[in-house]
Amino acid sequence: MSSLAPAAAHLSLENVTVGYDGRPALRDVTMSVPHGAQVAIVGPNGAGKSTLFKALVGLLPVRAGRVLLHGRPPGGQADPIAYVPQREEIDWGFPVTVHDVVMMGRYGRLGWFKRPGAADREVVARCLDELGIAELERRAIGELSGGQQQRVFLARALAQEPHVLLLDEPFTGVDVNAREALLTLLARLRDQGITILVSTHDMETAAERFELVALLNGRLIAYGPPPEVFTPEHLTEAFGGQALFVGGMVVIDQCCPGHVGDGEAHRHSHEPHGHDHAGPR
Amino acid sequence: MIAWLTDPFAFEFMQRALMASLIVGVLCSVIGTFVVLRAMAFLGDALAHAILPGVAVAYLLGANLLLGALVAAVLVAVGIGLFSRRGGVKEDTAIGILFAAALALGVLLMSTVRSYATDLTHILFGNVLGVSAGDLWLTGVLAVIVLTVLILFFKEFQLASFDPVLAHMLGKRPETLRFAMLILLALTIVVGLQTVGVVLVAAMLVTPAATAYLLTRRLAAMMVVSAVIGAFSSVAGLYASYYLDVASGAAVVLIATAAFLLAYVFAPRRGLVARRALRRAV
Repeated sequence: MSSLAPAAAHLSLENVTVGYDGRPALRDVTMSVPHGAQVAIVGPNGAGKSTLFKALVGLLPVRAGRVLLHGRPPGGQADPIAYVPQREEIDWGFPVTVHDVVMMGRYGRLGWFKRPGAADREVVARCLDELGIAELERRAIGELSGGQQQRVFLARALAQEPHVLLLDEPFTGVDVNAREALLTLLARLRDQGITILVSTHDMETAAERFELVALLNGRLIAYGPPPEVFTPEHLTEAFGGQALFVGGMVVIDQCCPGHVGDGEAHRHSHEPHGHDHAGPR
Repeated sequence: MIAWLTDPFAFEFMQRALMASLIVGVLCSVIGTFVVLRAMAFLGDALAHAILPGVAVAYLLGANLLLGALVAAVLVAVGIGLFSRRGGVKEDTAIGILFAAALALGVLLMSTVRSYATDLTHILFGNVLGVSAGDLWLTGVLAVIVLTVLILFFKEFQLASFDPVLAHMLGKRPETLRFAMLILLALTIVVGLQTVGVVLVAAMLVTPAATAYLLTRRLAAMMVVSAVIGAFSSVAGLYASYYLDVASGAAVVLIATAAFLLAYVFAPRRGLVARRALRRAV
């Protein structure tokens, strides 16, 4: 797998402002992510976690400030930033096999008329192996369990041979086993030097399993090691009345936000929740 | 039996009708896979009706009718894009407004020309038996163009349909591809006009592809199965039209619908029976 390992990326944002029509969803974010670091992005619903990712991959325009990757603006044909979308953004009924989806990760390196070659198939096979889904290669994505589906998209992202990997809410809608498997994978990717940003509602995982945390709410409230970020002051600033301090403990009410945000409550589920399928190995 | 099969094609107009039906059946069914997967069924319908005023204007100006149809379809496609962009109104609302307006405009223009009544019926319902050698050539050339573009850019169309976000990130211009798909759709509808007519072309864009969706698990396979169903329905419809003396376009669509119903109930994985069995097993 080491031949898949690209140069570790230094990612920096300087006074970045991003927004949909008119009102900015994220203001004046300045942060620097060291080579090969793994950062959890946390914050309440609508804090701008997805907005940040969309700006990084060029889906939303950066309206002020700049994003630098390896000291240069990102972009270009073989874009080294890979993005694993939230599961509800994927059409699980689409007629594609696991192999088809992972091969899509190679399309950026292929010209408009070119068909994938032996080298591309080799990379795809390696990524399927890395995620332990090689035997599912010929299955349609709609037939898989939630955890398996997530691995397919992780394999696709790895097939892009990224320098930076963005995971949008990967712990939402998967079971404990799949979460642990993902964290194990992240640890392996750390050895390969891939810089990783993970957005999540899961504050506990962010605090315990990541070396760096960025707390957002329309702007960057705090960024650094978890103990420096998860202070009562910062949490109150981010969550307002949703944060409750009981003794030495913090309780954050993220349930039932009362508006359609990016919460867990409204997951679509046309996927068969398969107990009839092989579980993660 | 053989005579029964070959008899109808002793006539030259029936041979042309067979060729035209096959081309339209295959073309509509193949491009229909994208219509079904990207939930553009309503859009296909709208484009089909949007052709009417184009045809009427072309007729009044004495220009080529197919060219008029094509221009109108492209204009409506652009109009839908403009109205719905950046949250003005929702896309299906924009489609609904333009679709009704284009249909009304078409009928209005046509009502100014009295002698046009029979031609109007032909445009609405098609007249596969009246296909001329010239029409057949034009149909064939347009079909080859559309299918070639789809095959050459299969990888890109697949990616942009399945995951426009990744397509954008990889520099594959999903907006351009979507517009290209609209143009291909407009060309296909113009091709289908002659054989099945405005009213039924939308059904040929959706029904065979929806049937194939139930039966396959890969896009390429879905396209092939859809094409086979479309071709079969077209030919079977033509026979029905010859022997039972019924309207050919309607027969084609009803045969395709019968195939869909069979697949809906009996498809191995996505069929009603299979899903029932699975639920019971769980």
